[in-house]
Amino acid sequence: MKRVKKLFSLMLALAMTAGVTACQPAAATSSAPAAPSSQAGEGSNASAAEGKVLNIWCWNDEFQTRFNAYYPDVREVAKDKSTTTLKNGTVVKWTINPNDNNNYQNKLDQALLAQGNAAADSKIDIFLVEADYALKYVDTDSTLDVKKDIGLTDSDLTDQYKYTQDIVTDKNGALKGVSWQATPGLFAYRRSIAKAVLGTDDPAKVQEQLSNWDKFDLVAAAAAGKGYKMLSGYDDSYRTFSNNVSAPWVTGTVVTVDPNIMKWVTQTKEYTQKNYNNKTVLWDDKWNADQGPSGKVFGFFYSTWGINFTLLGNSLKTPTKEGGKEEVGNGIYGDYAVCQGPQSYYWGGTWICAAKGTDNAATIQKVMKSLTCDKSIMKKITTDTQDYTNNKTAMEGLANSDYKSAFLGGQNHIKLFAEVAPKIDMSKTGPYDQGLNESMQKTFHDYFNGTIDLKTAKANFEKDVKEKYPELTEVKWPS
Amino acid sequence: MNSENSPRKRKSISYAKWGYLFIAPFFLAFLVFSLIPLCSTIYYSFFQYFRSGLKIIGPNFVGLKNYITLFQADLPKYLGNTLLIWVIGFIPQIFFSLLLAAWFTDLRLRLRAQGFFKTVIYMPNLIMASAFAMLFFALFSDNGPVNGSLISMGLIRQPFRFLASVAGTRGLVAFMNFLMWFGNTTILLMAAIMGVDPGLYEAAEIDGASSRQMFWKITLPLIRPILAYVLITSLIGGLQMFDVPQILTNGTGSPDRSVTTMIMYLNNHMYSKNYGMAGAVSTVLFILCSVLCFLVYVNMTRDNDSGEKRKRGARH
Repeated sequence: MKRVKKLFSLMLALAMTAGVTACQPAAATSSAPAAPSSQAGEGSNASAAEGKVLNIWCWNDEFQTRFNAYYPDVREVAKDKSTTTLKNGTVVKWTINPNDNNNYQNKLDQALLAQGNAAADSKIDIFLVEADYALKYVDTDSTLDVKKDIGLTDSDLTDQYKYTQDIVTDKNGALKGVSWQATPGLFAYRRSIAKAVLGTDDPAKVQEQLSNWDKFDLVAAAAAGKGYKMLSGYDDSYRTFSNNVSAPWVTGTVVTVDPNIMKWVTQTKEYTQKNYNNKTVLWDDKWNADQGPSGKVFGFFYSTWGINFTLLGNSLKTPTKEGGKEEVGNGIYGDYAVCQGPQSYYWGGTWICAAKGTDNAATIQKVMKSLTCDKSIMKKITTDTQDYTNNKTAMEGLANSDYKSAFLGGQNHIKLFAEVAPKIDMSKTGPYDQGLNESMQKTFHDYFNGTIDLKTAKANFEKDVKEKYPELTEVKWPS
Repeated sequence: MNSENSPRKRKSISYAKWGYLFIAPFFLAFLVFSLIPLCSTIYYSFFQYFRSGLKIIGPNFVGLKNYITLFQADLPKYLGNTLLIWVIGFIPQIFFSLLLAAWFTDLRLRLRAQGFFKTVIYMPNLIMASAFAMLFFALFSDNGPVNGSLISMGLIRQPFRFLASVAGTRGLVAFMNFLMWFGNTTILLMAAIMGVDPGLYEAAEIDGASSRQMFWKITLPLIRPILAYVLITSLIGGLQMFDVPQILTNGTGSPDRSVTTMIMYLNNHMYSKNYGMAGAVSTVLFILCSVLCFLVYVNMTRDNDSGEKRKRGARH
C-alpha cells in the first residue's frame, strides 16, 4: 500500500513538473515543425511557388473594405471579415492593429524584426503605411522594390500622382510602395450653416470668404455670433499648419518645432477662449457627433478619404447598420460641401508595401496592379465611394464630366481635388511625424483646456518625445 | 519521544524529499518566470538598450546614467501621483470596509439579506478593471450620461469636464479603485472580526460596554494583524496602479501628467522598447515596494509586541 502511495505521489510530482516545464519547449516545438512542413508543401508544387496565405497588416478596415469590394479575384469573405479567400484558394489573413500612439508601428516593427525566423505562412506579405511614418520603412530593406522585386512596370504606374511615388521612393531611387488614393486637404462645411452665417452655400463663394486665415477668423466670429462653432475641436486645423512647415520635424537627433506649428497653438488657444470651437479631440465621440445631425459646427478640415470614411457615416441619422440609407433625408446627408480652405495641405494617405521575405510576390503584383493602377477600378471606387483615387486620367475624366456627389449636395468635388492634387508637396515628411504630431496635439490639449500654462505644455511635450523616441536628444522651440 | 522514535529511524522514510519534490515545480516556475526576469531587469537597467525604428541600439553599458535621467525626469512626481491617488482611494476604502464589516458581524443588528449585500459589494471586483475604466470613461465624458443628468437636474449649466480637470481625473481613478476593492477588504475584515473570541464581547457587554467601546477597545486592536495585511497588499497594489488610469486617460496620464502612475511611466518606456530606462524604473519600483512594505510591517507589528511586553511586565 505504502509503495503504491509512494509511486502515486512520485507520478503526481512528475506530472506537475512536466506540466510546468513543458510550456516553454512545447511552444517552441509547435512553431518549429510548421516551417519545414510548409517548405515541403512549397517544394511539392514548385511550379506555383506561392504561399497559400497572404498576410496583410493594416490599422483600420479601409483597405480591407476596398480589397473585398474591388479586388477582382475575391471569392469569399469570412463572416467576421478576418480572412478573405481568393479564387486560386489563397487565404488573405487580415491583421488589424489600431494606429494611435504608435501602436501599429511598434507591433509592425516587432513582426518585421521577427520576419526572418517566422514560418512562411506567418510572414507578413503586405503591410500598409501612412504618410506620417512611410519613410521609416521606405529607407529600410524590410520593404521590397515595387518595380524590381514585385514587377510593376513604369507604364503601369504612369497614371499615378507623382507625389504619391516621391514619398515612398528611397535614397537609391527604388519605389517601395504604391497608393490607391491621393489626399489633398479640404474644408468640408455645412451648407445650411454657411447660408445662415454667410448668406450663401456656393462652394466658390464660401471659398472666397475663407481664402486666408484672417478671413477665416472673421467667419468664425460671425458664426459664433449666430450660435455656431467654427471648428469642432483642438486638432481640426492642425494639419493645415503642420503640412506647411519649412523643415521636417527631426534633423539628426534634434527636434525642431516649426513656427507654423506654434501658429496652430496660438490660433487654437484663441478659438478656445472665444468659444469658436467645441473643445473636442480628434476621433472622440463628441467630435464624431459634431459631424452629425445634432452638430452645430461650421466645418471640418478633412482630407479626401475623410468624406467617405468618416463624414458620410457620421452625417446619417439612422446608420446604415440599423437599416438607414445613404440618401438625402437621412440626417444631414446632402448638407455638406467642400472647398479648399485658407491654406492648401494634405492629410494622410495609405501606401501598400510588399514585405521582404514574402512568398506571394505574384499575388502582390496583382493586388497592387488592380487596386492602384487599374483605371476602371480606380474610377469605380471614386464614383461608388466619393474617395479620390490615385489615377490622373480617371480623375480628370470625372472632373470634366457631369459627375455629381449627392452627399455633397450635387457638388463635383473631384474637380476641386483634380486641381490641387498635383500640387501636393510631401518633401517635409519624416519617419517621426506620427509620434511627434500626436505628442504635440496631446500635450497641448491641457494648455487649451486651461489646466497648464504654455511653458509647462512645452516641457510636457519634451518629456513625451523623449519617452517615445529615446534617440532624440533635444527639442528646439522657435524664439 | 526521542527514545521512542530512534529505533524506527533506521528504516523510516524521510518524508522531506517528497516535500522538496512537491515544492520543486513552484520553485522552477519562480526561477524561470520571476527570478531570472528580475535579475535581467536589474542587469539591463545599467545599459543603454532601445529600438530606434527597425534598428536595435545597444546594449551599451552606461553605469547609473539611466537612474540619473530618471530622477531628473521627475520620477518623484509620478511616485507622488501614484501615492496620492492611492491614499484618496484607500481612506474611504478602509472606512467603509470597517463600517460594513462591523455591521455585518454585529450579532445585535441581525442584518437581513446579508448574502445579497456581500455579493453586491464584491461585484465591482469581478469586472475587469479595463472594462470598468471604459465604463467610467463613457459615463463621465463631456457629453456622457453623468453630465447629461447633472444638467437636466439643473445642478450645473455647462457640462463639467471631469477628464480635463486634475481633481476630476484623480478623483475618478481613486473612486474606481475604492469601488473595486472595498468589497474585498470588507470580506477580509469580516473574517478577522469573526476570528475574535466572542467571549470577550460577552464579558464586555456584561461589564456594560457600549458597542462603540467594544469596537474601539476590542475589535480594532485584535484585528490589527489583518489590518496590517490589508494595508500592505493595498499599498503594493496601489504602487502598481496601472490599468484604471491607463484606460481612463487613454494612456496619456493627462491632464498635465497628473495621473501618470509609476507603472504608466514604465509602460511609456516599454512601449518604445527602451529596455534600459524601463529596467531602471522597475528597479526603483522594486526597491520602493520592498522598503515601504518593510516599514509598514515593522510599524504595525512593533506596537503589538511592545504592548504585549508591557502587559507581561505588568503581570510580573
